[in-house]
Amino acid sequence: MEFFVDVKKKFNGFQLDVKLQSQEEIIGILGASGSGKSMLLRCIAGLVKPDEGKIIINGKTFFDSEKKINLSMRDRKVGFLFQNYALFPNMTIEENIAFGLDKLPKLEKKNRVTVLLEKYHLGDIGKRYPTQISGGQQQRVALARAVAVEPDILLLDEPFSALDVHLRNHMMKEMSESLKEYQGLTLFVTHNREEAYRLSDYIAVFNTGKLEVFGQKDAIFKWPASLETAKITGCKNIVKATRISDNQLAVAEWGITLRTEMKIEHNTGFMGVRANQVKLIDERDCQDENCFKVWIADESDGPFRTSLYLKIGSKPKSLDDFHIQCEISREERNHLYDLSEPFVIYINPNYVFFVNQ
Amino acid sequence: MIIINFDFSPAWISIKVTLIATVINFFLGLSIAWLLTNYKGKWKGLIDGILTLPLVLPPTVVGFGILLLVGKNGPIGNFLEIFGVNIIFSWYAAVLAAIVVAFPLMYKTSMGAFEQVDPNVLSAARTLGASEWKVFWRVAVPVARPGIAAATALTFARSLGEFGATLMVAGSIPGKTETIPIAIYFATSGGEMQVALIWVLIIFVISLSVLVINNYWESYKKKERQGFGG
Repeated sequence: MEFFVDVKKKFNGFQLDVKLQSQEEIIGILGASGSGKSMLLRCIAGLVKPDEGKIIINGKTFFDSEKKINLSMRDRKVGFLFQNYALFPNMTIEENIAFGLDKLPKLEKKNRVTVLLEKYHLGDIGKRYPTQISGGQQQRVALARAVAVEPDILLLDEPFSALDVHLRNHMMKEMSESLKEYQGLTLFVTHNREEAYRLSDYIAVFNTGKLEVFGQKDAIFKWPASLETAKITGCKNIVKATRISDNQLAVAEWGITLRTEMKIEHNTGFMGVRANQVKLIDERDCQDENCFKVWIADESDGPFRTSLYLKIGSKPKSLDDFHIQCEISREERNHLYDLSEPFVIYINPNYVFFVNQ
Repeated sequence: MIIINFDFSPAWISIKVTLIATVINFFLGLSIAWLLTNYKGKWKGLIDGILTLPLVLPPTVVGFGILLLVGKNGPIGNFLEIFGVNIIFSWYAAVLAAIVVAFPLMYKTSMGAFEQVDPNVLSAARTLGASEWKVFWRVAVPVARPGIAAATALTFARSLGEFGATLMVAGSIPGKTETIPIAIYFATSGGEMQVALIWVLIIFVISLSVLVINNYWESYKKKERQGFGG
């Protein structure tokens, strides 16, 4: 299992310039729209020809600008799951799945289709046309059709974006199981951090055509290695900070100093802490260095969780006069009615990260 | 009675010429439309203009052009002469005229249909290992089928109605090159209004049937594929 990509491609005024090498089975590519992540998939599949570089999958060279190798789409043997699934509207579900299997003997072809229909829970709709089935079923057909040809690499381009939220979670779970079963490389593109986290083991973060970070997903989410990574993984509290010592930061904007678990190496940069790691605590006279008195500037209620916008050290003057965002459950929010301002927050040093800029 | 002496040969000639021209245009128009859909080079605009020209030029100009090329002194005519073949004033010339005049309808309409095909669907076929031939016949053509069917129906109707260019290159030899539109013209100018009327009704029925059958067939096909899911 080996994956090596090093490509450059100019398009629409910006350049995709990515080098990525991995032995992992499932890689999630996380990036905002327009960051070039779909373009990378298209280069690998051969839909788009890179300006220069190399693409080698499992020892097979798909593209090499120096050696002038550029395999055609049909010779690359990739499974591509398109954002809109791209099912053949003129064929039934069975015919869609069987499309890539023409080289097999008739009986084997039929058996393989039957197995796939069964496996992807499509048994009773095999004779229908794509427009007659639901979005979730269409996704299953597209996946079954792609894995039918036993590709070396599976490329998934925003596979859940066409589904409604309710179906999305369900299909994510299903997809996760299917991918574990599939013996091969999977590259999965998304702009949704939750999808990336749930489906893949390793995540590559893209930003304007460049690879920001590549690494194990928990590491990336816990202590993001760059400002862009911190933003794209959904960190809501990011602020300028300066180093005091190996494990201490000064945050001038908030008027505080913070203890960190992470070793601080650079003198200036940004510190971040996730909104759900900011804890409201009951001890009014907490003496810990990472405890702070806060006032509520504003709040916004979700169905189950509430976001509080807090100001550290003094009373806010307006709704947007706040420092830090904190996300708590509705029960925790209701508990606050028993207390009075100022409240106390505790920032666990283990969840404070620092990136230099 | 007119009916007893009525010469039906223009009907058979018309149908023969139209069918052959439509079949040839079907394959020719489809393949050129497909090639040009995939061609993104700078000459596309010019090539498309030239191929569409017969649609907007007067048929007499087309006829004149064919005579220049295929006539006794034309380059193609000279070449055919070697084999002792002269197609001017034969029914082959009528077929040729119908092909040239109706070609832009086949080509333009099916190109419009090809351009509507989701490029991802074609790419999906290619990543599944399909050859270009398979992509064309099993995906592009079936997906674009409603447009292609309309193109074929229009091409058929236009070939059947072809008059100006046909008269110039094939003449009006009764029983040989006289098609229905030409029969109508000469019947009218000769004062045989009843004969002309019969031909008018016949051509009216054929053309309308082809277009209407095409419409119903397509809406039937659409229903078959789109019924209610779930």
